[in-house]
Amino acid sequence: MAAKRLTTPLTDEAVLSLHIGDEVLLSGVVYTARDSAHKRLIELIDRGEPLPFELVGQAIYYAGPSPAPPGKPIGSVGPTTSYRMDAFAPRLHSLGLRATIGKGPRSKEVMDALVNHKSVYFTAVGGVAALLAKRVKSAEIVAFEELGPEAIRKLVVEDLPLIVSCDAYGQDLHVEGVKAYQKLTV
Amino acid sequence: MREIHFDDVVAAVRDMSIEANLFLKDDVKEALKHAYEREESGTGRSILKMVLENIEVAEAERLPLCQDTGLAVFFVEMGEEAKVSGDGVAKAINEGVRRGYKDGYLRKSVVDDPVRRKNTGDNTPAIIHFDVVPGTHLKIALAPKGGGSENMSTVKMFPPSAGWEGMKKFVLEWVFKSGGNPCPPSIIGIGVGGNFELAAINAKKALVFRKIGQRNPDPFWAGKEVELLDDINKLGVGPMGLGGVVTSLEVFIESAPCHIASMPMAINTQCHANRHAFREL
Repeated sequence: MAAKRLTTPLTDEAVLSLHIGDEVLLSGVVYTARDSAHKRLIELIDRGEPLPFELVGQAIYYAGPSPAPPGKPIGSVGPTTSYRMDAFAPRLHSLGLRATIGKGPRSKEVMDALVNHKSVYFTAVGGVAALLAKRVKSAEIVAFEELGPEAIRKLVVEDLPLIVSCDAYGQDLHVEGVKAYQKLTV
Repeated sequence: MREIHFDDVVAAVRDMSIEANLFLKDDVKEALKHAYEREESGTGRSILKMVLENIEVAEAERLPLCQDTGLAVFFVEMGEEAKVSGDGVAKAINEGVRRGYKDGYLRKSVVDDPVRRKNTGDNTPAIIHFDVVPGTHLKIALAPKGGGSENMSTVKMFPPSAGWEGMKKFVLEWVFKSGGNPCPPSIIGIGVGGNFELAAINAKKALVFRKIGQRNPDPFWAGKEVELLDDINKLGVGPMGLGGVVTSLEVFIESAPCHIASMPMAINTQCHANRHAFREL
């Protein structure tokens, strides 16, 4: 299957063109944020304070990179497990976030938020972090530098290889994909 | 008494930290190639192709295979007639980790406390398991362990009446429920018997000291390993939990004697980046 090329910020049309199993090459800006950064983003929202980056149309990559060696924009940068951010994702989608990138399945609440806010969840392949680092053209810390690997970074990516695993139609590849190959029920 | 120089241990551990995180061992590479050949799902094949490419990129670019360069877990076998000079072996290992993770541009993934969570900044303290044996040698095994797969690990205290069937059902349910979280295709380390903590240590040891394809020397447990692996790969979980016929690359079981009332089992789940380094000093 030929991969679809998409660029952030994502439009309604782009998100609605995606279905589970589609392979995507994503370009443009994505923001890294994981456990601690999410906690802080939600605290800012609760206090009515501005966020450190524009959320509308954007994509959050659940990732905490390894340090950049000399001459490279970033170190290895693969996805972390997404369920830990399930408690935060619906809130961010309701404020305009259009995509999250991570690994592993999402909760019912996140699946509903994807449908209600025309958004998408991409799987990035875990443990291929050197390969993914090569698709990052630049990286800069935009918030919470003191969190080290957990700081929010603005990445400019080119052809980041992703798989649509939860789409805006309520379909879940973690369920459908497994069903297609399951020969033993537990 | 043989004295091993503190600085030699530091240097060895520094190099091991970098080596383990950049280069996979041949048995794991071969298992991943074989997985790619036999995977039937298109998505699964795309994933495994990237996994194989990543091994080459990591080597060529000198980048860690995974950004999660892990907690540094050590198994140390120390001869009764060996000693490490200066502040001793544990301090030397931690200093080696500190230097390796800095010099190798590896991620510092350790927080000082599970609730207060301040990053220690140098990936220490390492977790070090010691065995004291006759001899004058010092053998060090390092297995950097990522958080995603470690979180998909568990200990279960069965009543003996559950039998192997009860254990097997639990493992299958556990692997199915873990889905894509631990970055499958996984390697499943299982400790059976012993007690609460020995089962867990044996589950981890199984992942560190056996090469893929190396069966338990006891034919009973060797058979159970094969049986479990076959059944796990019928669950359909597949690469990254998105469906397929390769869910796990290997199952290792280590057994130990246990109490008449107990039948403990620990499952330690390992992601496909099964990283190790070994040295003898």
